[in-house]
Amino acid sequence: MKSRAVLTGEHFMHGDHACTEGAIAAGCRFFAGYPITPSTEIAERMAQRLPEVDGVFIQMEDEIASILAIVGASAAGVRSMSATSGPGFSLMMENIGLAVMMEIPIVIVDVQRGSPSTGLPTLPGQADVMQARWGSHGDYGIAAYAPWSPQEMFDLTVLAFNVADRFRIPVMVMSDEVVGHMVERVVIPPEEQIPRWERKRPTVPPENGFRPFLAEDNDLVPPLAHAGEGYRVHFTGLTHDERGYPDMSAETHHRLVTRLVEKVRRNADTMIRYEGYSLEDARIVVISYGCTARSARRAVAQARAAGIPAGLLRLISLWPFPEKPLRELAPQTEAFIVAEMNLGQMICEVERYVAQPVIGVNHAGGAMIPPAPILDAIEEVATRGAYIGRRKASAG
Amino acid sequence: MAHTLVAEKHPLDELIRTDRMPHIWCPGCGIGIVMRCYAQAILESGIPVERHIIVSGIGCAARTPGYMNLDSYHTTHGRPIPFATGLKLVKPELTVTVFSGDGDLAAIGGNHLIHAARRNVDIKVICINNFNYGMTGGQVGPTTPVGARTTTTPYGNPEQPFNLPYLLAAAGANFVSRWTAIHARQVKEDILYAFRKPGFAFIEVLAPCPVGFGRSNNIDEGVEEMWLYRRRCVLAGRIPEETPWEALQVDLREERPIVVGRFVDGEHPVFRPVRLEDKLS
Ligand code: SF4
Repeated sequence: MKSRAVLTGEHFMHGDHACTEGAIAAGCRFFAGYPITPSTEIAERMAQRLPEVDGVFIQMEDEIASILAIVGASAAGVRSMSATSGPGFSLMMENIGLAVMMEIPIVIVDVQRGSPSTGLPTLPGQADVMQARWGSHGDYGIAAYAPWSPQEMFDLTVLAFNVADRFRIPVMVMSDEVVGHMVERVVIPPEEQIPRWERKRPTVPPENGFRPFLAEDNDLVPPLAHAGEGYRVHFTGLTHDERGYPDMSAETHHRLVTRLVEKVRRNADTMIRYEGYSLEDARIVVISYGCTARSARRAVAQARAAGIPAGLLRLISLWPFPEKPLRELAPQTEAFIVAEMNLGQMICEVERYVAQPVIGVNHAGGAMIPPAPILDAIEEVATRGAYIGRRKASAG
Repeated sequence: MAHTLVAEKHPLDELIRTDRMPHIWCPGCGIGIVMRCYAQAILESGIPVERHIIVSGIGCAARTPGYMNLDSYHTTHGRPIPFATGLKLVKPELTVTVFSGDGDLAAIGGNHLIHAARRNVDIKVICINNFNYGMTGGQVGPTTPVGARTTTTPYGNPEQPFNLPYLLAAAGANFVSRWTAIHARQVKEDILYAFRKPGFAFIEVLAPCPVGFGRSNNIDEGVEEMWLYRRRCVLAGRIPEETPWEALQVDLREERPIVVGRFVDGEHPVFRPVRLEDKLS
């Protein structure tokens, strides 16, 4: 019988459905969620699809229960996911911290909508991107990806599971209502071409004094023992030593939290994804992600047609932030333009890495930013940029 | 000549993380007794030890998993039940027990508690009820009796407490019982029984907290509370047929009977995730 797990072939597919298919193709076999627009189609399709592949779907009483259920299921060794939108994402935050501290891999999809609060349930937003990075309390590291198409809803959900398992961290797919509800061509590769990065597992038998939080390898990731395997491991949200035992000393805390943060920093190159358009000779670089990057690409193409050397750096991983391409582009760039559907979030991250002027093209959410205001900003910089160039020349 | 019997090893040693002793509990606290009952039940269950999983939230009772030599998960405040639910649903062959306190399970985690009972998920919940938040220093909890003094009700608690067995029975739990820390045998027997009985089981154990609740309410010693249990506990039958709900209210400060027993022992269908073969056949 043909596998129902990977629907290999070409499809005309809804973004939220493509995300579901990505998860199932990646081996996700447990979903717990609570209905919230515009992510609901993920739960609905999971309810249909998971029983077909011997997986478990459960609709919990709220988002807090949902995230705990996926952390529990993942602790037992099963790839697990939840999907939500802004308000539900906020409810999950405390326990994203629990997954960080216990180093239990999970995937959370946030199909962003207009916010804060109940905001605009049926309309898009990109204002949860800082929450994805810093929403839980304390210092920690996670990864987050921003798809711009149903195809990437599939691809990046697969990647999210791989990164989560490989590094024992929560990984977020930061979609938005436009991409979630968009219908486009999606190509699902054959099963054997779906990449799979496995969890690191203990190599010693249980009786040999396995220390479940001892990271001996350079990647700082300890092997993960699952519930019921006989290792009799202790997992706690408290600060713990390499045995998993609570230890309330400042020294242990510093050592643990530093490793959790450093684990992501050190492996960032494996996690980071981005894409460039017309960047080779670009003097003006637009930075964008998710649905807004679609408008940005159009604006850049229009600018090029008008003879302006503009380019687009599309962030695919928001976290870890792709700072390297930014630093490399900086010397040739007169100004950066950051287009995003919020009143300035990732722009702050860009400003951390470049000395050039950084201009924001923003909308609070609810409607896509069309190409026109991005093109306006490019043209303005092109004019002012010439002025900056002249001033430099006269000063020299 | 008299011989002193010194055992090399206690039968429960294997189940205790002796390298984590001494524990953090106060003298006279009732939690350790219940932990021992749980350990004894594990030994007698015949279920391989590695298949027993213990999950807790936050609080004094919630520290128990750290002391048990099992796969143990000490989660966030109020959240052990959904964690245990996810774990059990993907690994049904494991015996999953939530061991936590009344504040954790019935206040911040109250919604999860009633929904797990309604679903009849196959997890076992041991709830240590000491009528207050012990770990944070004796604040009012969802089971604190009206008028009782705690550090956040210095003029007496103005709120009605939860009547946990009655709440759980109403929510649809398959098994509900209540004992106190002096009923070590019954607690152990009910845990053992719950291990074997499919579905959601809730075992409430009233336990002394001399430091948190006792001190502010003139029950200064753990042993004093144990005497009080011994004097006042009466065995009752099912709710609601034989036991009116008022009888299940507990107020240690009043000379009233404390009703204990197995209140619900039902045969509700156990929650099973949807399987396609069931639907097709
Ligand atoms: S505060 Fe109360 S419940 Fe906590 S350990 Fe002390 S006596 Fe036990």
